[in-house]
Amino acid sequence: MSILGTRVLRTEDPRFLTTGGVYTEDVVDERLAGACHVHFVRSPVAHARLRSVDVSAALAAPGVVAAFTAADLAELPARKPPIPPLVSEHMPQPLLARDVVRYVGEPVAVVVTEDPYQGEDAAELVDADYDPLPPVINPVAAARGEPAVLFAEAGTNICASFGDAAQLDAGLFDGCEAVVSAVIVNQRVAPAPMETRAAAAAWAGDGRLTAWIPNQGAQETRDAVAAMLGLDAAAVRVITPDVGGAFGAKFGADAEHAVVCWVARRLGRPARWTETRSENLVAMTHGRAQIQTVTIGGGRDGTIAAYRLEILQDSGAYPTAYGPVLPGLTIMMAPGPYAFPKTEAVARSVVTNTTPVGAYRGAGRPEATAAVERAIDLFAVEIGVDPAEVRRKNLLPRFTEPHTTAFGAVYDSGDYPAALAAALDAAGYAGLRAEQARRRAAGDPVQLGIGLACYVEITGGGDGGDAGPAENATVEVHADGTATVLTGTSPHGQGHETAWAMLVSDELGVPVEKVTVKWGDTDLIPEGGGTGGSRSLQQGGAAVQQASRELLEVARQRAAEGLEASAADLVFDRERSAFAVAGDPDAAVPLTALAAAERLFVRAVFTAPGPTFPFGTHVAVAEVDTETGRVVLRRVVTVDDAGTVLNPLLAEGQRHGGIAQGAAQAFCEEVLYDADGNPLTSTFADYPFLSATEVPSFELADMATPTSYNPLGAKGIGEAGSIGATPAVQNSIIDALAHLGVRHIDLPASPQRVWQAVRAAKENA
Amino acid sequence: MQVKLTVNGQARSDDVEPRLLLVHYLRERCGLRAANVGCDTTSCGACTVLLNGRSVKSCTVLTVQAAGQDVTTAEGLAGDGEMHPVQATFRAEHGLQCGFCTPGIVMAAVGLLAENPHPTESEVRSGLEGNFCRCTGYHNIVRAVLAAADANPEIAP
Repeated sequence: MSILGTRVLRTEDPRFLTTGGVYTEDVVDERLAGACHVHFVRSPVAHARLRSVDVSAALAAPGVVAAFTAADLAELPARKPPIPPLVSEHMPQPLLARDVVRYVGEPVAVVVTEDPYQGEDAAELVDADYDPLPPVINPVAAARGEPAVLFAEAGTNICASFGDAAQLDAGLFDGCEAVVSAVIVNQRVAPAPMETRAAAAAWAGDGRLTAWIPNQGAQETRDAVAAMLGLDAAAVRVITPDVGGAFGAKFGADAEHAVVCWVARRLGRPARWTETRSENLVAMTHGRAQIQTVTIGGGRDGTIAAYRLEILQDSGAYPTAYGPVLPGLTIMMAPGPYAFPKTEAVARSVVTNTTPVGAYRGAGRPEATAAVERAIDLFAVEIGVDPAEVRRKNLLPRFTEPHTTAFGAVYDSGDYPAALAAALDAAGYAGLRAEQARRRAAGDPVQLGIGLACYVEITGGGDGGDAGPAENATVEVHADGTATVLTGTSPHGQGHETAWAMLVSDELGVPVEKVTVKWGDTDLIPEGGGTGGSRSLQQGGAAVQQASRELLEVARQRAAEGLEASAADLVFDRERSAFAVAGDPDAAVPLTALAAAERLFVRAVFTAPGPTFPFGTHVAVAEVDTETGRVVLRRVVTVDDAGTVLNPLLAEGQRHGGIAQGAAQAFCEEVLYDADGNPLTSTFADYPFLSATEVPSFELADMATPTSYNPLGAKGIGEAGSIGATPAVQNSIIDALAHLGVRHIDLPASPQRVWQAVRAAKENA
Repeated sequence: MQVKLTVNGQARSDDVEPRLLLVHYLRERCGLRAANVGCDTTSCGACTVLLNGRSVKSCTVLTVQAAGQDVTTAEGLAGDGEMHPVQATFRAEHGLQCGFCTPGIVMAAVGLLAENPHPTESEVRSGLEGNFCRCTGYHNIVRAVLAAADANPEIAP
């Protein structure tokens, strides 16, 4: 019986539980012996001319080895934004601020000390002279170039545009019986992985750099570090220690990583850096940060005729991260799982004097789902039809052949109505509506709300070129009965050590606990796409399976030679991990014997025909206190169809985590700035990070519609939870108050916002 | 200044800076790196250890404050070749993903169960409110703690 599809416990757990993982700060390596510590001095103002940076007092402080400013880094060019000309080429990011600072938290200097405590002390002695400029905080004003333009050479704050708002169809909603429009905020949040950013760097005598950096793909991190340092990628080796969460924010490398490497080269001494949480919350990229204008229209029977989405993306101070291009994915997924006859979507991305925005779990797709799911609820309440019924009426019917949308997405397979029906059934939807009606009739101060979100998302997109998204894997069986996998993916909690071992075990009969999975060393594995965009199993896992199967064929030929039998007559016995001659079980050649004679390994590249589109429905149930605004999330019931599941334990874990992060965005978390651009949520005491008390246990219902795009039948599962949960929870809170006249509450639906919405509705009544 | 304390059953005496945090002492001086630093405001609990059997956030204890006391870290929890029951249920229930918060949460759970051997789900959630996890949504962490309580009537550190 196959091990695939079973709940195999994680092989990586014992070390995490007993000795703890070895994260970048934990790495003990002789190459790092005697390392100095780098401490970044960061701008306390959002927008200013940087007149001078004086490090002389810091240099005299105890333990200080050196201190550097932008002037010392003159040899290193500023970072150029990616993907020109889509993203403006006139908004470069210096590795340390030069002439102008553009957000609170931007690094302006480094002090280098013998130990980290000394760095904290000495950093306070760096004297930087700031001449304030008007802070650009509001993205709407920023788009108009007000109150300032961040980059004079660009002449505008708009760093990317998608479509032309002037070309929108003025008659898009002609003939609609009902049209609703709203401006909704998909607020800025902090990825906040539990492990902050870090780096350790050592240069060898031959001029080659070894850098330990927490990341989501060592190969991309190597390329980014090399580019910032002006080196060939071949001169850089990136090693990925254990990574304490990433959520999209650890792809590639940031300026700080390159500066740490540069310091080590300049001083001829290894250097280390670990940022504090307070730094992390202002200097690691943020996520989301869209202002969306949705318009939706159709018939009073619930049939939607047209939908329009206009996006303003806040990209933060520098468009070097992924932020400016997030709307591209939002637009691609704008109509979601619906068969709207007409959909339009346009976007602009702007720079502001805030922390740069990048990818965060879902990266552009949660924003698409949040917009359309909110729009459907607005439409449903306008026409007085149950929101489940409106969704049912407008979902694409089940399809088995790929479906191409108006925005060019090719949905591989899907049964959206079945996911909706399954979720409503699992939640006991009719009973919930009855309970809601009872509370409304009784005038209960604590009202019940039921929120829905149907979604489809894109996973495994990647950039494998014309051939399609691809990933590589090498599988080797050793003479001692163990096996090694080299993978181009990069786990940071997803459980690849277990999952890839299951795939090898299933093909080759090597026990799971005897399979070692290696990743994240660019000398060992020079190519790889890393882990992000929910790509790993469907491409990296498929590559492991493909390599295992190809290895078996290599072994079959060798076994046939040894047995002087025809390869076609050999049967592979997984129980014994050996080839036997059909009809003569005693004549067997184990893989271990073949490996003893000659190394037995295969490298394979799996190429998918395209990305896959997992889908599902989330149902959230919330109790909302109409007198205090307090929200208690009672239930989250989800159907998340990601095709065939390899290990339900791991898939459920991904769903749980995603649901919690989605819920956190719905009613807890938000990055805030004051009007001057001062961050108000720069510590975990201020940023309302979700805790165990704010969410219930989640109720997961299973559904699996396999994809034909890989032999595993698997789609991505990493981001689904965060995509469905945010609008489901938001809709549940608003639904609880709909009978009072509340139509919308922006994210996060905090007690204050809820209370204000109730009060405003009562005043309007 | 000189400080004497017991770490995972081993008596130690070290000369430390008065401001040295216990978590940095454990990590840098004792080489015990399971406890992690996840914040700088005593919010996240990644650094949780046991001090005389009670869970504390070791980022908010000065090493000198731990003088004369018993410190237990995740490394000291497991017996010879066997995981502590709470560690075992965290594995069985998939209560960890990236692992960064895990040693702290396990120690907080051990401390919680020492005070309340049979907590309700709500009591587990309240008891772990000071321990952040970004990966699991807390779902399987709660299950792991409840499973540990069910399986082991007498849980001691």
